[in-house]
Amino acid sequence: MSRLADVFQAARKERRAAFVAYVTAGDPAPDHTVGIVRALRRGGADVVELGIPFSDPIADGPTNQRAAERALEAGMTPRGVIETVAAIRSAGEDLPVVLFTYANPVVQYGVRRFAEDAASAGADGVLLTDVPVEEMERFRPAFTAAGLDPVLLVTPTSTKERIRAAARLSRGFLYYVSRTGVTGVQTHLGRSLDTELRAVKKLSKLPVAVGFGISSPRQVAEAARLADGVVVGSAIVDQIARIGANDALADTIQRFVTPLAEACRRR
Amino acid sequence: MKAGPDEKGYFGVYGGSFVPETLMAPLAELSKAYQRARRDREFQGRLDELLASYVGRPTPLYLANRLSARMGGARIWLKREDLCHTGAHKINNALGQALLARKMGKERVIAETGAGQHGVAVATAAALLGLMCRVYMGSEDMRRQAPNVRRMRLLGAEVVPVESGSRTLKDAINEALRDWVTNVRTTHYILGSVLGPHPYPMIVRDFQSVIGREAFGQFRKATRGLPDLVVACVGGGSNAAGIFSAFIPHERVRLVAVEAGGRGTGAGEHAARFAGSGRPGVIHGTYTWLLQDADGQVEPTHSVSAGLDYPAIGPEHAMWHDTGRVSYTRIGDREALGSFHLLSETEGIIPALESAHAIAYAIKVAPAMPLKANILVNLSGRGDKDLDEVGRLEGGSV
Repeated sequence: MSRLADVFQAARKERRAAFVAYVTAGDPAPDHTVGIVRALRRGGADVVELGIPFSDPIADGPTNQRAAERALEAGMTPRGVIETVAAIRSAGEDLPVVLFTYANPVVQYGVRRFAEDAASAGADGVLLTDVPVEEMERFRPAFTAAGLDPVLLVTPTSTKERIRAAARLSRGFLYYVSRTGVTGVQTHLGRSLDTELRAVKKLSKLPVAVGFGISSPRQVAEAARLADGVVVGSAIVDQIARIGANDALADTIQRFVTPLAEACRRR
Repeated sequence: MKAGPDEKGYFGVYGGSFVPETLMAPLAELSKAYQRARRDREFQGRLDELLASYVGRPTPLYLANRLSARMGGARIWLKREDLCHTGAHKINNALGQALLARKMGKERVIAETGAGQHGVAVATAAALLGLMCRVYMGSEDMRRQAPNVRRMRLLGAEVVPVESGSRTLKDAINEALRDWVTNVRTTHYILGSVLGPHPYPMIVRDFQSVIGREAFGQFRKATRGLPDLVVACVGGGSNAAGIFSAFIPHERVRLVAVEAGGRGTGAGEHAARFAGSGRPGVIHGTYTWLLQDADGQVEPTHSVSAGLDYPAIGPEHAMWHDTGRVSYTRIGDREALGSFHLLSETEGIIPALESAHAIAYAIKVAPAMPLKANILVNLSGRGDKDLDEVGRLEGGSV
């Protein structure tokens, strides 16, 4: 079993949702990323999604767009992100790392070479936000051959057939986007989240993580009632933007995510 | 004639649908609605009637005698899309898609725009059909195409400045896609060129193919033959795809598409995708030729013409490039400006800066061609919108 599957299983045994934290690699600068990931871990993250910055992120709201701009400005590259994963492993961190990006950086790197390099650096999975089921054939064989778990997204507009297909092509977990929209903080989760999650879980044997727009411990707790994992991204990225390249960054991030991770315990 | 795409939206190896999952449902809905509309006589009848009585189709085919004589070579013919209501070919597609939006029961349309011609066309169609309309436009483009911003607002559209990235067409498309992901249930995205995820490249080409059909028939009637050369400018590639579509099967007609050569050959100085750092990649939902750096980050572009200032080209063009059916060349800012003046002075026709690129290529090759050879140029739009910008560039001479 993969490290991702293990983490979700362990969380389930502890009667809690796994806490998945997203940051853009290289934001605010490449040499901060390992420290941020370790802080996320200390704060209780079970999985880290590491964004490979892309110049034209159509699935991202302003918070993550600006994070990508900062990271690119600071010189982060796809190869740099893979080296960062290797550095995370050298630092002794063994939490699963999912690379989160768009099709083009991977296509230009070379799909097979990307998969092999990412896997040997110690990455566990890949999520490509602009690659639906229909285009997955270009990527999936190389990912699975290298031992990387492909993670697909399903959304409130996905039909049953599409959810089944995405679950079939995913490994580790399935990512449920809790709203129609781009990444970013929102105040209210959709009222129908419970119903939707039940429907998705019926069609997928994989653990289901919920993300997009979840930012407060209250929202995490709400999502954790039914989801196997809860993703928080933009809210953490907002903190990074606020603090910037500063010695206090890692500690602040740790303090920020601790209550979010604790909210994953079902009461 | 409708050679592609395949059912997954591929023209050869190019195309596809690289979009967030949220958009797959509305894209499927759009494909279905379009397939139905294609066979629906009432829909086609309504579109044809609007194209005739509202847009002013057929647009004339005009033999530019004085320009041809000045060049002293081949005869240059102009397909007068500049005479369409709203001033460019963009209205052909905007009306077709706005009718589709109505068929799908959508109450709101959104669009991106570069030069503002597509934005004006969509705002016009929305006013005509009673749809809410929001247009995304890069703030740099809003500055250089200010008259079109005023027109869109007058037509009741909301124009939203886009401040991200290079603040041009590419960034306006990013923003329109984000809006669509968010408002997918109520909104149809009227994409303005043969770009984006399937089925857009096909739908936009089909709605623009009226240009080629008319030009083919008009040219045959005027000369009893076929042109030797057909020329069109190409940003995303909708006016080129529209006029080429009728001539593609006629192998002896040479087809040339003109990209924006800008002010140089370095990164960020031009928008010639088949030159410099262009190579296949994924942008805005499609796999196609794209200006990008070694890591796949999209490169900035430059052109004097906002409508050609875009880092990628439609996937069907990428296929035509690879098969060699269409030749892709480029014309720089200065030559385009020169032909802008020349056509104005010799024929009394002020071309859009986009179309001026096609004119510039035609007058470059005409002198070396025989007197009885014929060049057909798609004059895709008129230049009223460009007067301020040309004046600024030339220090007040216009």
